[in-house]
Amino acid sequence: MCTTCGCGDGETSIDGAVHVNEHDHPHGHAYAPAHAHVPGMSQKRMVSIEQNILAKNDAYARENRRLFAERGIFALNLVSSPGSGKTTLLVKTIEMLKNRLEVSVIEGDQQTSQDAERIRATGASAIQINTGRGCHLDAHMVGHALGKLDMAKGSVLMIENVGNLVCPAAFDLGEAHKVVILSVTEGEDKPIKYPDMFRAADLMLVNKCDLLPYLSFDVDCAIAYARRVNPGIAVIRTSATSGAGMEDWLAWLERGAA
Amino acid sequence: MHEMSLAEGVLQLIEDAAREQHFARVTMVCLEIGALSSVERESLAFCFDAVTRSSIAEGACLEILEVPGSGWCLPCGRAVAMAELYDACPHCGGYQVQVTGGTEMRVKELEVE
Repeated sequence: MCTTCGCGDGETSIDGAVHVNEHDHPHGHAYAPAHAHVPGMSQKRMVSIEQNILAKNDAYARENRRLFAERGIFALNLVSSPGSGKTTLLVKTIEMLKNRLEVSVIEGDQQTSQDAERIRATGASAIQINTGRGCHLDAHMVGHALGKLDMAKGSVLMIENVGNLVCPAAFDLGEAHKVVILSVTEGEDKPIKYPDMFRAADLMLVNKCDLLPYLSFDVDCAIAYARRVNPGIAVIRTSATSGAGMEDWLAWLERGAA
Repeated sequence: MHEMSLAEGVLQLIEDAAREQHFARVTMVCLEIGALSSVERESLAFCFDAVTRSSIAEGACLEILEVPGSGWCLPCGRAVAMAELYDACPHCGGYQVQVTGGTEMRVKELEVE
């Protein structure tokens, strides 16, 4: 792996092309000259580092955030378990926002470009990132995808993260907000089982609400759990299928993009 | 969580420091990991050994200092100790506790030669 930017382990691919060091920083890593041994004297010394382990990721995230600000892009990082209905919700969102607000999408999955194809079928521009073994998107992968994505000034960028309620919580991608999607076919205790994610998000969408009559899911309890780990989290109840709550979600998006 | 990515992040910081501060081998790595950071120490140590193989930190001893969790209870207006992110305030039983410490994941210092 390249230690200048952390890329190029041959696992990540963007729209099917394996991402291997296609950019232009040099890949020769010059180390210090071999240390000279002085008999009888220890060469050991302490070096203070005092840096966040995710410092590299955070630097790439800052760069993404600067680019979003420059171009007036409202970027969201959508996170959830697999199967929460993220892609269906996105497709519906894009369709309903037609002629109101332009949306482009970065899709993150371990394998396949099925989700990007579903998004492109709506006419929106979409880039697929396959993380290979990786369980989350990082700011560096997103930075590379941004170079290939056609984003209009003042538009919305939805970054659909890998379905996983654990790892994506720690990786800032440069987004304005993390939006966590909890579907009512999951347990209402997800927010306290995976508190990091619900603490990192600014908005929770309680999705698939059309199914509530058939389930024992307690929405108020789920919201109370989410507010227990994150007292400030906003909540919207949605169903991409029935359209319930969609206008509230779109209004939230339009306020953010304004 | 993602201990492998964290271990790779640690190695990147070490290799950056090696370039800037001219050392060729690392014999000890000291990390500060908060009790509320969701990092599994054993898993991180395992991943650290794996990613540092054939690097300048191969065989380095990994020391992990745990930073205790702490928070600020809004209703009580006082600092409280926290063992878990979603712990209730030990005084009022409420959940309006803002985390103030214990989420850090830092490389503190290295012993190098």
